This record gives sequence, structure tokens and C-alpha cells, in this order.
Amino acid sequence: MKWSQTIESVMKYVFLVAAVFSIAAVILICFFLFASGIPAIREIGVVKFLFGTTWAPSNNKYGILPMIVGSLYITAGAILFGVPIGILTSVFMTFYCPKKIYRPLKSATELLAGIPSVVYGFFGMIVLVPAVYRFEKIMDISGKGNSIFTASLLLGIMILPSIIGVCESALRAVPQSYYEGSLGLGATKERTIFKVILPAASSGVLAGVVLGIGRAIGETMAVVMIAGNQPRIPTSIFKGVRTMTANIVIEMGYATDLHRESLIATGVVLFVFILLINASVAALKRKQGEHA
Amino acid sequence: MHKRYLGSRILKALVFLSAGITLTILLLLIGYILIQGVPHLSASLFSLEFTTDNQSVIPALINTVIMTAVSLLVAVPVGIFSAIFLVEYSGKGNRFVDLVRMTTETLQGIPSIIYGLFGMLFLVYRLKLDYSILSGALTLAIMILPLIMRTTEEALKSVPDLYREGSFGLGAGKLRTVFRIVLPSAAPGILAGIILAIGRIVGETAALIYTAGTMAKVPSSLLGSGRTLAIHMYLLSTEALYLPQAYATAVVLLVLVIGINAFSNFIARKLTKGNI
Repeated sequence: MKWSQTIESVMKYVFLVAAVFSIAAVILICFFLFASGIPAIREIGVVKFLFGTTWAPSNNKYGILPMIVGSLYITAGAILFGVPIGILTSVFMTFYCPKKIYRPLKSATELLAGIPSVVYGFFGMIVLVPAVYRFEKIMDISGKGNSIFTASLLLGIMILPSIIGVCESALRAVPQSYYEGSLGLGATKERTIFKVILPAASSGVLAGVVLGIGRAIGETMAVVMIAGNQPRIPTSIFKGVRTMTANIVIEMGYATDLHRESLIATGVVLFVFILLINASVAALKRKQGEHA
Repeated sequence: MHKRYLGSRILKALVFLSAGITLTILLLLIGYILIQGVPHLSASLFSLEFTTDNQSVIPALINTVIMTAVSLLVAVPVGIFSAIFLVEYSGKGNRFVDLVRMTTETLQGIPSIIYGLFGMLFLVYRLKLDYSILSGALTLAIMILPLIMRTTEEALKSVPDLYREGSFGLGAGKLRTVFRIVLPSAAPGILAGIILAIGRIVGETAALIYTAGTMAKVPSSLLGSGRTLAIHMYLLSTEALYLPQAYATAVVLLVLVIGINAFSNFIARKLTKGNI
């Protein structure tokens, strides 16, 4: 009897220690990133680092504004492509989808989420880049197909599953009575969905969009493979661009000293962006919870 | 009156169009890679020894299996145990539980390149594990931890309280109830989560490139560097020399991931059927 009681309480602490693990992981990640990145930012100078427009480590110039702008442009482009299609697809899955198609379509979106980013990147390289190149030729725009536009297109596809998943559950969380009430007042099904259900689910839908933003800004390999990676502020959407994530992957292999630390500092800036995005997703989800 | 119906009809068309686009993109992606890549599959691609000529996928495949095994070995027990603590051992509205949930949500939102940076700074340099399978696997273990925790939590929550009460009523202790009654009933859900995590590991690149390194051979120990299939794919596709091999490797990777996904789905469906 005594023995089993000891085991019971010992195991309880084993479980507790396991639960502490994820807290420890977050603390460690924050500590190591900030401790290794912030000294570099201090050495370069906050303003010079964040708002400097020249990235030339060999000349001791470490301005990451082109990369911040690049990440923001590509993310915005991905949202432009991905959000309308994502939201409308989730509307289809919630309100229009015949039962027989639902399961395959749901599996399809899950598969879309499971495809590795290198495979997306490869697809972008062999299909999207040549297609955009041809388009540029026709429109008489100079470019090689590696551009903000191409990367936005691909990222728009890549964030579809996250947006669809979150939006669908937000739409399903809206009480059935809203739907019936609106139909009863004589509104068409479409009017009901777009004027009643979607506004009621708005914070959940927005959480899905913000989640998509997080995915897009953090995506690395696929972007490296198709965005061109020129570290300069782009002048058109058909120009190549380098994101913060790409900057880290491309140069970390051979960087040393301050150059290396400045790459880690780029990671810190990205991390801060991600933390802000995470916080807004959490806030939006909480809001959605209150409504439902 | 007619105008309103017209608007509705346009909206409906847009909704159907979007769903069509989503499905078409997926089919196009898979179809294109399979059709273009399958002809490039050759025997030399699967030879046991890697050379610069054959660019064999076998060492990378073996590395991927080792990487997956080691990451799961760390992440699965920790993930399941912490889920047990959250669901079975702590009451609702607990401060600690909220904190754990917040941190797992944070972990889930962190992009893999940040995990890669952390792995490089902490494991590779601070703990001096060097570019190695072990560094890569531990980095991935942290990355998949939230996924395993969340799926396990959901699986545990879906076990009816009746089971627990029945077990207590028969005189079983808490621990016995958890391990003999609750965990077995939740097993399919947990397994589906683990398989999903395997899919993440197999497809991961950014977190591994500066933790596990890019050596093309199977290392002699866990402390040696080795590239996984996804990294192999990345390196091949960035070198113009090996485009045919890149196509073929993409096929291998894609088939692997589709298989893993289908298996996870299959198990998850079995679970729902079993419960209802």
C-alpha cells in the first residue's frame, strides 16, 4: 500500500516536470536568441540596423530594412492571394459542400498543410518562376521570374490550409439560430452567410488570417528558392527581394563574428514580429470564445 | 429584387470557384511533380553508397529515419506526460495550466528557422554537440512537442469520465487508471498526432540545415552530421547540375509525405468510428 502511494506521488511530479518542459523551452529560446542578437544590434546601432538600407557585410554595413520590407511585401502579397480564396473555400466547406465531397476536400486541405516547404519551393522553381518569366516577357517587364509576385503567389498557396482550417471552425461556431433567423427574414443563403454569419465569426476569421500572416512571414526555404534574394529595397513587384528568413539561411553558412551576430539579430527582429502576431492570434481567439 | 438575386448568384459562383481553385492547386502540384519526376526515378538513385554521380537518396532516407526516431524518443514521452498532467492531474482554471497552454501556443507559432537558430546557438555551440543528428533531433523534438501535447490532450479529454470513475470504483489508483484505462482508450488519437509529427520531421529543412548539417553520408554515430531527405532535396534543387535527381527526389519526398498523411487520417477515422 505504502509503496504504491509513493509511486503515485513520484509519478505526479514526473508528469509535472514534463509539463514544465515547454515553459523551459520558450524561456531558453528567448534567452539564447536575445542574448546572442542584442549585443550585435547595440554594436551596429539600433537605428542603423533597423532602418539602414544597405546590407553589405564585407563593407561593415548592416542595414536590414530591405529584408524587413521584403518580408512585409511578400506577406502582404500572400494575404492578398490566400485570404479571399481561403475564406471562400471555408465558406464552401461549411455551407455548400455535399457530404460526399466533404471528406476528400478536408483531406486535401490537410495534405496541402503536410507538403514540405522544399517541395513547394521546387514546384515554384519549375512551374511558377518560368510562368511569371513568360508573363514578364509578354508584358515587356524586365525580370527573371524570381520576384515578389512569384513568392507571394506561392506563399498564398502555402497559407491556404491554415486559413481554411481556422475559418471553418469559426464559421461552425456561429449558432445555427443566426442562420435560420436570417433565412426566416427572407434573406438569400448567400446574403445570410456574408452579412450575418461572417460578421458574427469575424474575430475567428481574423485569427485565421493573422495565423496565415505568421506562417507567411516565417516561411524560409520556399521563399529562398524563388524570391531572387537581392538585399535591396524593391521598386516593383516583379523585382527580386530578400526576406529576413532568407537572409539568415543564405549567409549563416559562411558568416563570422559581427556578420554572424547580425544574422542572429535578424532572427531576433523576426522573432519579435512573430511574438506580436502570436499575441494577436491569442487575443482574437479569446474574443471569438466570448462571442460564441 | 432581381439585383439581389444576381449578387447572391455571383457570390455563390465565387465560393464554388475558390473551392475549385484550392483543389486544383493541390492536384496540379502533386500531378506535375509526379508526372515530371517519375521518369527520372532510376536504380542508381537508390544505390546504397552516395556518390556525386548518383546523388543517391538512400543515405538521406536512413538519416531521416534515425532523425525521426531520436526526436520522437524525446518528444513523445515528454509530450504525453505533460498532457497527462494537464488533463488528469490539474483542475480547471489553474494558473499553471494556463501558462503551459500559453507557452505551447507560442511554440506552435514559432517558425522553423527560429528553432534552427536556437538549436545552433544552444545545442551546436553552447552544448558543443556540433553539427550532428543529435542536435537536429533535439531541435525537432522541441518543435513537435506542442503538436504531440495538443493532440494527446484532445485524445485524453475525449475519453469519457465514466471510464475513470469505473476504474476508481474497482479500486484502481490514479496512476493505474491513467496507464491502464485512459491511455489505451486515447491511443488512436495520440498515434494520429505522432504520425502527423513524423510528417513534420520528414519535411523539415530550415530547422535542420544549421543543426544537423549537410553531410551526404550516414554518420557513424548520433554525434555526426547527416542530411535528411528534405535537406538533400533542397541542396539538389539549388544546384542546376542535378535537376533530374531533384525531380526524382521530390517524388520520393512527396510520396512519403502523402503516405504519412493518409496513414494518420486512416487512424483518426478509425478512432471516430470506434467511439460512435
